Amino acid sequence: MDGYNAFMLVATLLVLMMTVPALALFYGGMTRSKSVLNMMFMSYVTIAIVGVLWVLYGYSMVFSGEGGIDTFFNSPFSNFALDGVGYDSYTFMMFQLTFAAITTALISGAIADRVKFAAWVVFVPLWATLAYFPMAHMVFGCTEDALICTTIGAQDYAGGTAVHINAGVAALVLVMVIGPRLGFGREPMRPHNLPLTMIGAALLWVGWYGFNVGSLIIDDSVGDISTQFLNETGLTFSNTTIATMTAILGWLTVEKLLHGKATTLGAASGIVAGLVAITPAVGAVNVFGASIIGLVAGAICAWAVGLKYKLKYDDSLDVVGVHLVGGIIGTVMIGLFSKPGEEGSGVVGGLAEGLFYGGGVGSLVDQVLGVLVAIAYSGIVTLVIALAIKYTIGWRVSEEAEVEGIDYDQHGESAYDLHTSLSSGGSGLSKGV
Amino acid sequence: MKLVTAVIKPHKWEDVREALETFGVTGMTVSEVSGYGRQKGHTEVYRGAEYDIALVPKLRVEIAVGDADATAVVDAIVTSAASGRIGDGKVWVTPVESVTRVRTGDKDEAAL
Repeated sequence: MDGYNAFMLVATLLVLMMTVPALALFYGGMTRSKSVLNMMFMSYVTIAIVGVLWVLYGYSMVFSGEGGIDTFFNSPFSNFALDGVGYDSYTFMMFQLTFAAITTALISGAIADRVKFAAWVVFVPLWATLAYFPMAHMVFGCTEDALICTTIGAQDYAGGTAVHINAGVAALVLVMVIGPRLGFGREPMRPHNLPLTMIGAALLWVGWYGFNVGSLIIDDSVGDISTQFLNETGLTFSNTTIATMTAILGWLTVEKLLHGKATTLGAASGIVAGLVAITPAVGAVNVFGASIIGLVAGAICAWAVGLKYKLKYDDSLDVVGVHLVGGIIGTVMIGLFSKPGEEGSGVVGGLAEGLFYGGGVGSLVDQVLGVLVAIAYSGIVTLVIALAIKYTIGWRVSEEAEVEGIDYDQHGESAYDLHTSLSSGGSGLSKGV
Repeated sequence: MKLVTAVIKPHKWEDVREALETFGVTGMTVSEVSGYGRQKGHTEVYRGAEYDIALVPKLRVEIAVGDADATAVVDAIVTSAASGRIGDGKVWVTPVESVTRVRTGDKDEAAL
């Protein structure tokens, strides 16, 4: 048990790293240079706001098990400010804090370059309270009447529904309400620093082991704790790895076929798409299932990120194309590849047999239902919040500010102090040194 | 006096500088510029979005020379900057009315 507790502290740190700096770098590199600070800042401020709310009443709404409407959430007051929460639950409480933070921060990529910082700072606590905390209760809280986990019985090991579909739907709703960047589809809006994005994607990958492997739930029926800890973390670690690798290959193959070249941004995106898709399935499938889920997610997401140009919505950094689409793929494919752990295997494994393992369509139907509920809930709640902000303080910075650059307008800063120099084409030290 | 202005590929700068130094040119002004000619920039693809990048980075080299040297300087630049591929750039010559060296106040040919 000591080993497990030490591991959970490390896993919590890894997931913390996913928001700051990993997600901030991943997104920051993809924006234009005039708005990189604002993009990164959205992640940093989100973790601060959501973290405080989590300790105050978020944990209570998700995990207290008392009060509220148990189908959707528990009372924010049962464990208000951690009242009645034992120190032995603090590590778990902190682990789950990092999930609340990154889920909310994920949304920011969709609305790059054009939103008032104040509007985001108002959106974050409202969305965490009304969308994330209830959804986390329905999925991770898993109390007697919790809608997605218990009533529907959809499997979600680490957050395909509560995290990725939730954030992905919210992103789609926000871009519909907020509208596209000036010049979207007409002016080039290419990433200003892909090395930042490559570093961010790699840090997300590393952090994701905390996310997925740390989502282990000790279950006495599997056998003794140390056996389950050894065996199940081995499985989830391997599944996380292999799905990411097949997703990279899937993405690169599709973009090579569609656009003629394999790109570094494609590799970085494939990493995230694979990780998103394996997140819900990581404990329910074997390594074969994980590799197929990753491959499918990488290939389909590579195609899905192009949809915004056809459907004319400016999901700036593809939160919908990667997190919503990848989240749905992973959550639904559990219904195909779910495989219960065998007697004595030391893993919980799938909670039902999937279609490909002789379980019929039962699990598939549960998974689809879970996805639909997550989409509907997140969609409705986000729409209400987004419209409320639109008609009160407003979302958009002025057109002039958007053109000049949101970093200076909103924060009075600029990311780069670049002196022009001839270093790239000049003489100097190129000879004889 | 003439002003020779050359717009060249950035990676050709070292060759051009060597050629001009061999010829005896003692100074020049170089700036980073962007533009396009008949090659019309290039295309980049990010997550399936194709962008036409019209402006290509170039270097602009400016050298003030005596009337007698202009043709030879142009030849030296053209020879050293050529890769034979599209986008190699252009060189042109314009007349200069007067030149003054800031430090000494020397005028015209003496200031070159």
